Amino acid sequence: MNRLMYYVPLVLLGILAVYFSAGLGRNPATLESVLINQQVPEFSLPPIEGSSKGIAKVDLKDQVVLVNIFGSWCKACWIEHPFLIDLKEKGVVPVYGINWRESNRQAGPRWLKKFGDPYTLIGDDPKSKGAIAFGVSGAPETFFVNKHGIIRYKHMGPITEQNWNDTLKPILEALRKE
Amino acid sequence: MIVEIGHFALILALFVAALQGTLSMIGTHRRDASLMAIAAPAALVQLALVMLSFAALTWAFVTSDFSVLNVAQNSHTAKPMLYKISGVWGNHEGSMLLWALVLALYGGAIAAFGNNLRPSLKVRVLGVQALIATGILAFVLLTSNPFLRLSPAPVNGNGLNPLLQDPGLAFHPPLLYLGYVGLSITFSFAVAALIEGRVDTAWARWVRPWTLAAWGFLTAGIVLGSWWAYYELGWGGWWFWDPVENASFMPWLAATALLHSAIVSEKRDTLKSWTIFLAIIAFALSLLGTFLVRSGVITSVHAFASDPTRGVFILLLLVVTIGGAFALFAWRGPSLKGSGLFQPISREGGLLLNNFLLMVAAASILLGTLYPLFIDVLELGKVSVGAPYFESVFIPMMIPMILVMGIAPFLKWKRGNISSASGQLKIAAMITVIGGGLSWLIIDRANALAAFGIALAIWLFVATLIELAGRVKLFRVPFSDSIKRLLRQPRASWGMTLAHAGLAIAIAGMTASSAWRVEKIQVMKFGDSVDVAGYTYTLNSVNEFLGPNYKATRGRFSVTRGDSFSLVLQPEKRVYSTRGMSTTEAAIHPTFLGDLYAVVGDRDKKSGGYITRLYFNPLVPWMWAGSLIMVLGAGISLSDRRHRIGAPAKSKIVPRGAPAE
Repeated sequence: MNRLMYYVPLVLLGILAVYFSAGLGRNPATLESVLINQQVPEFSLPPIEGSSKGIAKVDLKDQVVLVNIFGSWCKACWIEHPFLIDLKEKGVVPVYGINWRESNRQAGPRWLKKFGDPYTLIGDDPKSKGAIAFGVSGAPETFFVNKHGIIRYKHMGPITEQNWNDTLKPILEALRKE
Repeated sequence: MIVEIGHFALILALFVAALQGTLSMIGTHRRDASLMAIAAPAALVQLALVMLSFAALTWAFVTSDFSVLNVAQNSHTAKPMLYKISGVWGNHEGSMLLWALVLALYGGAIAAFGNNLRPSLKVRVLGVQALIATGILAFVLLTSNPFLRLSPAPVNGNGLNPLLQDPGLAFHPPLLYLGYVGLSITFSFAVAALIEGRVDTAWARWVRPWTLAAWGFLTAGIVLGSWWAYYELGWGGWWFWDPVENASFMPWLAATALLHSAIVSEKRDTLKSWTIFLAIIAFALSLLGTFLVRSGVITSVHAFASDPTRGVFILLLLVVTIGGAFALFAWRGPSLKGSGLFQPISREGGLLLNNFLLMVAAASILLGTLYPLFIDVLELGKVSVGAPYFESVFIPMMIPMILVMGIAPFLKWKRGNISSASGQLKIAAMITVIGGGLSWLIIDRANALAAFGIALAIWLFVATLIELAGRVKLFRVPFSDSIKRLLRQPRASWGMTLAHAGLAIAIAGMTASSAWRVEKIQVMKFGDSVDVAGYTYTLNSVNEFLGPNYKATRGRFSVTRGDSFSLVLQPEKRVYSTRGMSTTEAAIHPTFLGDLYAVVGDRDKKSGGYITRLYFNPLVPWMWAGSLIMVLGAGISLSDRRHRIGAPAKSKIVPRGAPAE
């Protein structure tokens, strides 16, 4: 075998180390979205199957709302789902859903039928139009939109009782005062 | 006071390890016998000190000494004793101390049982092991000290994350660490051999039992973790391709490759630099896993406290340890020439092909795990890589691997001949086609892939059994002679037969449970019945009661099938008072063909019923049984006299190219 081949592992390790050291300073869970403190982008999504109304920018007017990106394929969405149901039942805050990249038209509605529907309105987004407008990077993701239609916060990953109480609920309360 | 003794013992252990490491290296370099004599006693002293330290921390947890910060953050007086003890490693600091303990344990084992090793090799192995220990102990003391005091001491602690309060998870970390920290020994062997510039068949023979032990523990640890996820998370799934799971799976793939490559190095005196490379990479992946989990560069549903200073430290440790080893490899590797040549179609050829497939699989999992980090660092956005990627990449690579696993044991070393085994392989192939075809026709015609998976499992199982039958000359000599031959099979070959057959059984379980799971989710009122895969579940009652440190809702389902089968399943949902977190405790009844699996959820306010999730998970018990058979195979192989530590080498092969010493 060529002698140089024996250097390949060392070189690869070096490259990895550069990435790791660059990655250390970052927190993968928090993200400065370019859309934070910007108006909600113009978007309009059709309803999911079995429902008559989709979702568009005008639906979010004059109230503090959450916009939640979900999909039945996303395991972490299953984790946060019961908590979203809880939010709906307690009437804490309206949650609007963007059903992202389902493999077929039935998957999303079937999932919601099984586990319950926590959303005020849902838009179907198989081609990522809405997700791109919001600058979504993965599911689940939740945007906090204030009364003036401005995105004030973005939460990545599932909402849990813990991060709701620690971080998200205070943010929601602050937005209500804006 | 006891806590301070533990803290002090840990500091002493650091110094002992540093001395052991440097003196061993200097001693072997100068061939100074008095310096070399220090290595083994030092390893034992280091082990005793780390054990003392670990015992002190355990004592603090057991007595709920909340003046210790770590205990206050992670324990609670109302916790059952088992979880007070498992709480020691249920947190970052304690688990790193366990890491150091396991590292010292393997070092101590070499010191105590490694008398058959060449003295210079033994001392070098202990030296490398001690240098790793120095790094890890420094890491614990400087960034993750579990012995820090808290003043004033709180009245009670925060409690352990309820998800972790589970017997399965109590033993998961120790087993996992025995596995992947155990790979440190093969790493030390590899580095020591590179320093000596000498890899011979004796070296490979010494490495094998350690690899086998680490592999067995790692397998057991991964399976226990998967089992925990299966019954505790309540979704009926058992593998999620989460970064933390991948972190344990990649070393497993590398260790599996190493296990097989070391056989070739021992028996055929070849693939030397490849074996060395695998020994380094297996431990590198273990360290990488620790780095990924502990530094917070990757998001995971396993929420560990992450801290960038810890990340910097582990990264440094990783670069120095593995970078050093790879540099040595680049320098010395090319001179490790093997003597055994072989044709592509031979047992070596089959083993090498599978080695290659295992490593490509590990590399693609590594890529998927790190991809979000790469993209993030390059400012290209944030992405997550999920199960679809891993499944579509991993499974296709396993198909040729399993096909070859069936064939390779039939081939001869050096130059094999497929036609000599073709009669037996034809029988295996026929049974496979019939079995796969039947599963397609009878069970599910819509899912040809699942039938293919079952066919693969049948192929591996049947080929493994036929190979065993060939070895005992079944039907070719009188039956009683075959039985005698069966009993005389070396334990190492029993190990292979069991491990391969176990994998076949596990593959059947994985395929069936992924393809044919029956899932019913609904709101049920008392008296309601639901049919799941032929079983009728009736919800009888839901009661609330108090556990030692939680409030529980317990559902009671009676499950019947016809007149002959009836049982009661009692799943629970627990809310832990100290953290306000809830967990699901699925009720599972294993049957030969699958698990009956029930979960009770929240009360549905509208109808007054309860949300229930009922599953039939086909062949899941096969998955656990198959994995246990694999671990059993490792254990039996390990008890082979040829592997037993201290047993004199029986090999007739004279080490080649040994320099005069």
